[in-house]
Amino acid sequence: METMEVYLDNSATTRVFESVRDIVVKTMTEDFGNPSSLHKKGVEAERYVKEAAAEVAGTLKADSSEIIFTSGGTESNNMAIIGAFRANRRRGDHIVTSTIEHPSVYNVFDYLEKEGAQAEYIPVDKNGRIDQEALLAAVNEKTVLVSVMYVNNEIGSVNPIGEIGAAIKKKNPTALFHVDAIQAYGKYRINPKKEQIDLLSVSGHKIHGPKGIGFLYVKKGTKLAPVIFGGGQQKGMRSGTHNVPGIAGMGEAAKEIYRGHEEKRKAMYRLKALFVELVGKLPGTRINGLEGEDSAPHIISVSFEGIRSEVLLHALEEKGVYVSSGSACSSNHPAVSGTLKGIGVKRELLDSTLRFSLSVFTTEEEIRYSVKVLGELLPALCRYTRK
Amino acid sequence: MSAQEELFHAFLIKYAEIGIKGKNRYLFEDALIRQIRFALRGAEGDFSVRKEMGRIYVEAKSGFDYDEVVERLSRVFGISGICPMMQFECKDFEDIRARVLEYARKVYPEGNYSFKVQTKRADKKFPMDSNEINAALGEALLEAYPTTRVNVYGPDVFFYVEVRERVNLYSKIIPGPGGMPVGTSGKAMLLLSGGIDSPVAGYMTAKRGVKVDAVYFHAPPYTSERAKQKVVDLAALVSRYGGPMELHVINFTDIQLYIYDQCPHEELTIIMRRYMMRIAEAIAEETGALALVTGESIGQVASQTLPSLACTGEVCHMPVIRPVIGFDKQEIVDIALKINTFETSIQPFEDCCTIFVAKHPVIKPNRKVIRRSEEKLAEKIDEMVKKAIETREVLSVSP
Repeated sequence: METMEVYLDNSATTRVFESVRDIVVKTMTEDFGNPSSLHKKGVEAERYVKEAAAEVAGTLKADSSEIIFTSGGTESNNMAIIGAFRANRRRGDHIVTSTIEHPSVYNVFDYLEKEGAQAEYIPVDKNGRIDQEALLAAVNEKTVLVSVMYVNNEIGSVNPIGEIGAAIKKKNPTALFHVDAIQAYGKYRINPKKEQIDLLSVSGHKIHGPKGIGFLYVKKGTKLAPVIFGGGQQKGMRSGTHNVPGIAGMGEAAKEIYRGHEEKRKAMYRLKALFVELVGKLPGTRINGLEGEDSAPHIISVSFEGIRSEVLLHALEEKGVYVSSGSACSSNHPAVSGTLKGIGVKRELLDSTLRFSLSVFTTEEEIRYSVKVLGELLPALCRYTRK
Repeated sequence: MSAQEELFHAFLIKYAEIGIKGKNRYLFEDALIRQIRFALRGAEGDFSVRKEMGRIYVEAKSGFDYDEVVERLSRVFGISGICPMMQFECKDFEDIRARVLEYARKVYPEGNYSFKVQTKRADKKFPMDSNEINAALGEALLEAYPTTRVNVYGPDVFFYVEVRERVNLYSKIIPGPGGMPVGTSGKAMLLLSGGIDSPVAGYMTAKRGVKVDAVYFHAPPYTSERAKQKVVDLAALVSRYGGPMELHVINFTDIQLYIYDQCPHEELTIIMRRYMMRIAEAIAEETGALALVTGESIGQVASQTLPSLACTGEVCHMPVIRPVIGFDKQEIVDIALKINTFETSIQPFEDCCTIFVAKHPVIKPNRKVIRRSEEKLAEKIDEMVKKAIETREVLSVSP
């Protein structure tokens, strides 16, 4: 079998769309002005920013004025959580999130606890969805912020954001609802107004945009304190010269990913189903979380009994197949995945789990090739275990 | 430009051991000059490094960064001291007097110290002899800086004045790393892993003038590309001391799996290490290295007990140098911190080779038993070793 390159680590990052590359190059080499400059070059550059803001706002049925561009998902989460807490502290000090959030959320909660916040962490069910009853029980009149991820980055579980939003607001209308939509944007049509979301974090490079760009949706009228200070750009909410190539690339990526969105989704679900079906036939494998349309279209978490995930990862790499062990973001430190533990994956499987993540570029041939490679590797790798 | 660059344009390089090597002395000096030039490559500024009447001078020919130069020179083995010097032309004693006073004012502005002036007059045409210069300069200093005092037995500061075509003036001696210039003692092959000990062993071997090349055993997919990159990074750090290095990367996976399949699991590590030694020795022989170097320290782990060392050592004919053999872990860590390899060594790229480490490895391997186990490999192992050596990747590593 000839080796082919198959990139199945799209939850870590994606290849940019060609149109994104083009607009990034253009705004770096031709229309390179600073939107804050008064001359024509500045005005030209400002046009890119305005168009991108309108583009991404449009995908959320929101207004351009509700978009703040950031350096990416991590900054958006930081800005949302820290900014909301500081701006509303007068009303209360209680903040709530789940036990399986991304480090850019839970480490911020950790930080705010040191600043005096009362943080509460709500567990998830065995499918990785937040326990809504426990969440509602936790929300009280002192709650200033609830932060819940839309799609989990490790297993692709999906929270019913609309239901959660409505329930929170029913119990405490002033509590702000922040959604980390970094793995969801581009995969789902999100309507913050309907789903009662006040703050929503998005990253560019997960949807075939550039790295180093993202945005935070801030619902009109939401009280948020800035965390970065300087020249007062973006209405003082996020100082710093606009990252015009990034912003233009972000806008283009958003436009492209939501063009023919339903077909793109269906195609991914079809490939995911195929992958799950084929992998399921291999002995000793187990899919984590829900299957089918109850989970995200692009993330598949598979445990391989008796095999070290890192060894399998490198063996796949030799065959041209690139995947992640657990979550790429948490695999740099030895602590095993919080999400997998959170959904009750057996201890001996925690270190035997890989994440395969698809994109709009993934093909059926790639899926079949990857599973075939897996089928060839597993028996040999199973044989070599520590004795 | 800071005060130091303004004052010092040159460095006198002191070398202890190599000064006593009789007729071979020039070989050592030439090697030292070569290593100094190598160390200064890429530093800001142009330098001339030259030998003159049994001394080595480094002179800046342009603007330079004093701290950078000192830092780089203090990595060159063979240097025992680095003396930042003021160099100037002189017509008469008045010139010397003025410059010595300027020097003292700038370098010791607090003024409260005892001193001794030590003059060497190499230029015998100069009208005053050494003693006269000492006396006259001492007097001038006392007069200009009344809070200083002379102490010829144990002064705080020695002012060294060398009267040659030009005058060299220095008082500070920054300690060098000692040892011998690399390239004066042949070549050795280091078994380099990603750990803390082997880079230190390489450094200590280079310190004695030995050129060090290295071999690394890579076992994909059980060790990752990152683990290999870490070893390349470590080799680069060691080469800051030892000069450019060849890193031989051996793909060890097949051999490892074959041993796993054929031999008792508690002996895996020992047998594996015996094959690593054999392969390293073969490469050493091929490339003209005269010894192997390892980071072993007695008793540190199961494979480094004395019986284990005897068992792995018996497969080689070359001397096996183990520079950290008698060191405790903390002592090795201290050196790793000093030579800046520690941070890299502790990067947590998990080594999945632990699969090949038995939960209860033998700690007192019996050589006869191990030899018998190895007989089970007879069918394929020679071919595999040959292939591993032939298909190795050779990387040229420099800082």
